[in-house]
Amino acid sequence: MEFVVNKEAKTVEITKDFDAPRDLVWDAYTKPELLDKWWAPKPLTSRTTAMDFEVGGRRFYAMVMPDGQERWAVQKYTSITPKSNFKFFNAFSDENENLQLPGSDWDFNFTESGDKTTVHVAIYNESLERMERIMADGGFQKGTEAQLQNLEELLNKLSQQKGRASE
Amino acid sequence: MKRDVFQAIADPTRRAIIALVALQAMTPNALAEHFSTTRQAVSKHLRIITECELLTPEQRGREIYYRLEIDKMKEIDEWLEQYRQIWETRFEQLGEVLDVMKKEKEKGDK
Repeated sequence: MEFVVNKEAKTVEITKDFDAPRDLVWDAYTKPELLDKWWAPKPLTSRTTAMDFEVGGRRFYAMVMPDGQERWAVQKYTSITPKSNFKFFNAFSDENENLQLPGSDWDFNFTESGDKTTVHVAIYNESLERMERIMADGGFQKGTEAQLQNLEELLNKLSQQKGRASE
Repeated sequence: MKRDVFQAIADPTRRAIIALVALQAMTPNALAEHFSTTRQAVSKHLRIITECELLTPEQRGREIYYRLEIDKMKEIDEWLEQYRQIWETRFEQLGEVLDVMKKEKEKGDK
């Protein structure tokens, strides 16, 4: 996995190869019952309650903590090019889909070569607050959340020092 | 509010100060020569970075030298690592789901 923080573009970009054909990877990203199997990093679980994968549509889901606490979010699809790209605007919400702005823009690209599919994710955050929300979306435990104050500042720092952190 | 390492690097002047001090411990006067801002402004940044525990003032004779606390910088890396870890976990899970999907598809094709 490649993990790149880009200050100028205000993005975090993540690239990963999967040993699977592109149509399967596409399905895993665009079908709720499949998304729920992997989207939430353990020990969290993902529970999608509504999803219409079309431009203007959205996925409304909860990240469920091990203690049963729920954190709701809405992903509004803004662009879809079947099998190769889709974009959504991500924002946290309450359990009634009332958005808590600001949010962030996510851009997913899928390319196939041979038996492999490369997924490229670019997450754009206009502000520090947006970045924090993404971080929180990852489901950090409470103790570390206190630390997650300023990703934008981190971006600045990293781009200056090394700009790149890959495995 | 207690200051943390991220506040130290929030400002471009402070990042420049950190970069300079990373090379060698420096006095406020020597640092100020690198900036077009006032000495007071540089002093204020030094105070903030010190409160963030990223710089330590050291008395040497009549001069105060500021020294970088390298270990504190590691907190930034550790923090980023957590975020990276989330994606590692997420993609591991996706890989498992894809394996299952592939098998099911092969079954279906038969």
